[in-house]
Amino acid sequence: MSMFRIQGSFIDNLPKIYGWYTGGFLVFIALMALGEKFGMSADAIGIGFVAFTVVIYAFIGYLSRTAQVDAYYVAGRQVPAVFNGMATAADWMSGASFVAMAGGIYMGGHPYLAFVVGWTGGYVLVAVLMAPYLRKFGCYTVPDFIGTRYGGNLARLLAVIVLIAASFTYVTAQINATGTIAAKVLQIPFGVGVWIALVAILLCAMLGGMRAVTWTQVAQYIVLIIAYLVPVFWMSSKQGFGYFPQFEYGAAVAKLTDLETLHQVGILKPEHAVAGMSALTVKHSVAMDDPIAKIKFVTLVACMMMGTASLPHILMRYFTTPSVRAARNSVAWSLLFIFLLYFTAPTLATLTKLQVLDPSLATSIIGKPVSQVMALDWVQKWHNVGFLSVIDANKDGIVQINEFFMRGDIVVLATPEIAGLPAVVSGLVAAGGLAAAMSTADGLLLAIANALSHDLYYKMIDPKADTKRRLIVARVLLLAIGAAGSAVASMRLTGILGAVAWAFDFAMSGLFFPLVLGVWWKRANQAGAVAGMAVGLGVGTWYLYAVKWGGMKPWYGIDDLRFGIIGAGASLIAMVVVTLLTKEPDAETKAMIDEVRIPKGASVLASTH
Amino acid sequence: MAANMSQKETHWNRTRNLMIVHMVIWFIFSFVVHWFAPQLNKASMFGWPLGFYMAAQGSLIVFVVQLFMFAKQQDRIDRECGMAEEE
Repeated sequence: MSMFRIQGSFIDNLPKIYGWYTGGFLVFIALMALGEKFGMSADAIGIGFVAFTVVIYAFIGYLSRTAQVDAYYVAGRQVPAVFNGMATAADWMSGASFVAMAGGIYMGGHPYLAFVVGWTGGYVLVAVLMAPYLRKFGCYTVPDFIGTRYGGNLARLLAVIVLIAASFTYVTAQINATGTIAAKVLQIPFGVGVWIALVAILLCAMLGGMRAVTWTQVAQYIVLIIAYLVPVFWMSSKQGFGYFPQFEYGAAVAKLTDLETLHQVGILKPEHAVAGMSALTVKHSVAMDDPIAKIKFVTLVACMMMGTASLPHILMRYFTTPSVRAARNSVAWSLLFIFLLYFTAPTLATLTKLQVLDPSLATSIIGKPVSQVMALDWVQKWHNVGFLSVIDANKDGIVQINEFFMRGDIVVLATPEIAGLPAVVSGLVAAGGLAAAMSTADGLLLAIANALSHDLYYKMIDPKADTKRRLIVARVLLLAIGAAGSAVASMRLTGILGAVAWAFDFAMSGLFFPLVLGVWWKRANQAGAVAGMAVGLGVGTWYLYAVKWGGMKPWYGIDDLRFGIIGAGASLIAMVVVTLLTKEPDAETKAMIDEVRIPKGASVLASTH
Repeated sequence: MAANMSQKETHWNRTRNLMIVHMVIWFIFSFVVHWFAPQLNKASMFGWPLGFYMAAQGSLIVFVVQLFMFAKQQDRIDRECGMAEEE
């Protein structure tokens, strides 16, 4: 690892360093494949992949240690646009994106694609409305912007509260995912797995803060994208779906429509419910021509997009670029890197479904005798761990569409096995899922701990604290938040933590309009922002409670996944009305907004503050 | 100073107009297209039902291309109005 010794020109050497890293990872995959040929067990390969990647992340985290405030909070503002794009993509794509998205499309068909559209188009809002301006502002955290733009500790505090409401449920789900993979690969109890996961996550972030998280996230992006794409390309070419299936699977979608008629998808409903699993009842590409279905699609898209543009762990990535221009370019690169995974997920969902449904393919399940299906290796394996179940309800000895139950996660995890790829691919997928979950957990933990240490502790409680003290507080908080997240994760409150979508709804309810209007509406003032955040979060939370637990009927299909529409709507009204009823911001604030709107000149806040 | 103010105003007007253009494109490919997915699905593109294609890939490609164009266009506005950062 001699290349890390060239300290001064580290940034100039990034392409070389990560080129070597990528090459090294590919060599490692080849070695594991060789190991498998010479009798290495699948378990040992899995442990090899997880251990190798985590050690590298920890090593990068150690090398990036720092004692400087701006390095700790914003990676010294020297992360080039392309690399920040990769880091953001890893920060963004969680364990859920990696493992659950393709399965969601498999089970949910067209309506589920609202997540795919929402989780990509949100970056248009980030680039056009927010990131360049927040970068010019020069803040360390998102509440730092709110607190300075609107003034007053109350605004800052409310921003911190919204940030925690949005990020904490999200981070718990990520620690849960990391712990699940660790437990499965290392064959330890889940309760131990989450704590090991926490240690691995903190190794990346503790010593170097944002700087360490940045360089590990780039490394994690490379692992996760290789781990997602390689099995898809391999499976596709092996099964004769083409070498670049993303651009060729149109015919497969059309074919599924015929097969759905053949297998009576949507007509045959399962007779019994199976906990945690479902049978296929939704047609793949059909979009219902019904107003409520359409409202549900567009409101989910809107929530995921506005949530994206309000989530602090994403916005703070754009504080690390060297310039405003780089911040803008970086959003475009982020979306390109995210796109690579998101346009592959529907491909994977379609091809896996075709393999299961198409009777002319050797892999097909539906319409085959039960005994023959149950004899398949991959069916047995996933049946044993409770991911899959066949119940011959009509006792005809044949598997019908409403008799085949599975968990959506299988689509990514079992693809290598369905297509008969070597075990080394499963190890690779485990490493990819781990990278996705760890990188998101790191970004979220840092967002929470930084808001508490910078905004709550330094700006409000002890403004005289010196650098050393601030960084100690930041690290102690990181540890404490991480431990709290792991403690909650180990309680396995899956019913409560399941909805990653809620994080987006909370963030948009409280932060979207105060952030956007802070740049785009000069008249917006402190009282308005305070009202916007308080009312948005309050009304949003009330609506979530009312439709989820209070027995209220959702308005026009706006259910608990979409409560941000109500919260953000209330936030906008409250913010505009209160702003107009109170007096304009002073000349100094207006001058500050003028400065934020142009890239030229020094940032509004001093580079170290 | 007066000249400088008007330059700032020009810069902000052009920036705002660019924002509006991109928000319109964004709105069409985020919402309008998918509202009409049932109708679009009756047409097909390279074998895909068009409504499905737009949600699985089409809108995404538009967003990616749009953002690289936006970065270029805004950069040009900044430079032409003398508001770009010094490199």
